[in-house]
Amino acid sequence: MPSLKDQACIVGVGETAYTRDKTSTASSLTLQLEASLRAIEEAGLTPKQIDGIMPFPGLGSAEEFAANLGIDDLRFAATVHMGGAAPVASLQSAAMAVAGGVATHVLIPAGWNAYSGRRASETVATDVSSMPGGAIARDYYLPYGLTAPPQWYALMARRHMHEFGTTPEQLGAIALTMRKHAQLNPRAVMRDRPMTIEEYLASPEIAGPYRLFDCCLETDGAAAVVVTSAERARDLKQRPVFISGVAEGHPYPADEITNRADIFRTGLTSAAPLAFAMAGVTPRDVDFAQVYDCFTFEALQQIEEAGFCKRGEGGAFVEGGRIELSGELPVNTHGGLLSEAHVLGMNHIVEAVRQLRGEAGARQVPDAKIGVVTGWGDFGDGSIAVLRR
Amino acid sequence: MSAPYAKPLPLLEGLAGEFYGWCKKRELRFQRCSSCSAWRHVPRAMCARCGSFGWEWAPSSGRGTVFTWTVAARAMHPAFADDAPYAAAVIEMEEGVRLVSQVIDCPPDELDIGMPVDVAFEDVTPEITLPMFRRSP
Repeated sequence: MPSLKDQACIVGVGETAYTRDKTSTASSLTLQLEASLRAIEEAGLTPKQIDGIMPFPGLGSAEEFAANLGIDDLRFAATVHMGGAAPVASLQSAAMAVAGGVATHVLIPAGWNAYSGRRASETVATDVSSMPGGAIARDYYLPYGLTAPPQWYALMARRHMHEFGTTPEQLGAIALTMRKHAQLNPRAVMRDRPMTIEEYLASPEIAGPYRLFDCCLETDGAAAVVVTSAERARDLKQRPVFISGVAEGHPYPADEITNRADIFRTGLTSAAPLAFAMAGVTPRDVDFAQVYDCFTFEALQQIEEAGFCKRGEGGAFVEGGRIELSGELPVNTHGGLLSEAHVLGMNHIVEAVRQLRGEAGARQVPDAKIGVVTGWGDFGDGSIAVLRR
Repeated sequence: MSAPYAKPLPLLEGLAGEFYGWCKKRELRFQRCSSCSAWRHVPRAMCARCGSFGWEWAPSSGRGTVFTWTVAARAMHPAFADDAPYAAAVIEMEEGVRLVSQVIDCPPDELDIGMPVDVAFEDVTPEITLPMFRRSP
């Protein structure tokens, strides 16, 4: 059976500055174009050599990117409609495109002015057409005051606390770890703002059981990566990072969050075993994991569903420094969406690449060889890539 | 005269229109497959269990329990600002289907998983009635 194992590589990454100070006047598109140019240049390519573009859902069309970048021969244009799971799922589609010869260099951008522009917290509540399941949310959730992602996911977090005894302090351990890692990252918005468990517990409730510090940041910024075939990657400037295993998954039903036979079975539950099997490794072989941390519980749940621990054991797993840089599974070494910036998970892919290249500076995981990146979006869609150097 | 109703409302189109049409008559009904008798919600075109396109709007007992909930301490939609803190709850009906609603006579800090509730219809506009819930006596 054909496999995407090691068929494609990430050969360039780029980012804008990440800010949360109203100084940014750039549009979401301009931010993404800046990050794209950096990723293309870092790969040793010119914009005209990009022949595939996979924009984030709702944040620009491939045609618009191509027109701005001067790409006059676009051969592959696609968007994966999986919300925050889209960037990692796009790695899969891009790998298929380059492995199948449909495109040579695929650009995957993501970014927004989610602080100085329309705030991230306002988008879904007022624009249900942006996601699959939007009509269901409109007709069956919004009239009852269930209007935004922290509220949807809080429903699952509360069930987890009920069924497994997961505690606020355990969710807090995730928030504190991300904040601790951000202190080592010059790009992180929350650098120089360390946090204690007392501050975490004292933060106001937003969507109970979620407190303010269970919620990701709203920031301005963009990031982008360039994917090409393993063969082509050998000729390019950077040490290639191989997409060794990759998969996307969808819960059932994916467009409705309340009527699942097993409420904890999300897209990652089915995707993770596929990606690990493709890469030929197990969760124990992984040197770090960059986990989509829109909210603390989602990070905990993905740690469980990816197989780093058993379901129900995530609370104990994240305690005691196990997910810190010096622990057995460093998670979100850049600070994540909670403390670096909310760049829709593209910053997680960039960080994974930096770690595998050995470019992560003070937060480098020593001799990192294999890393995992996950994505989470909409009502629990999931994606995962096993990357190796 | 009170201010116009500003909260989001369902579009009364297709199957959603039929579901809320029953609510307007103060009847909570869910789709039930004519072939395998499976209940389902939200409304769908066909039965995912047996593949049948045949179904009816079968009456629910109106009884359920709280499956989970979240407390919107801060409204994330401007129309709910005056309600905060309020709780949006998932109710598991006796028939097995779940729906999002509110337990209107229960303060958020008194909600509990498994709490028995009964449907209580609220006419929010002349056209639309929402199925809400009250604590079972």
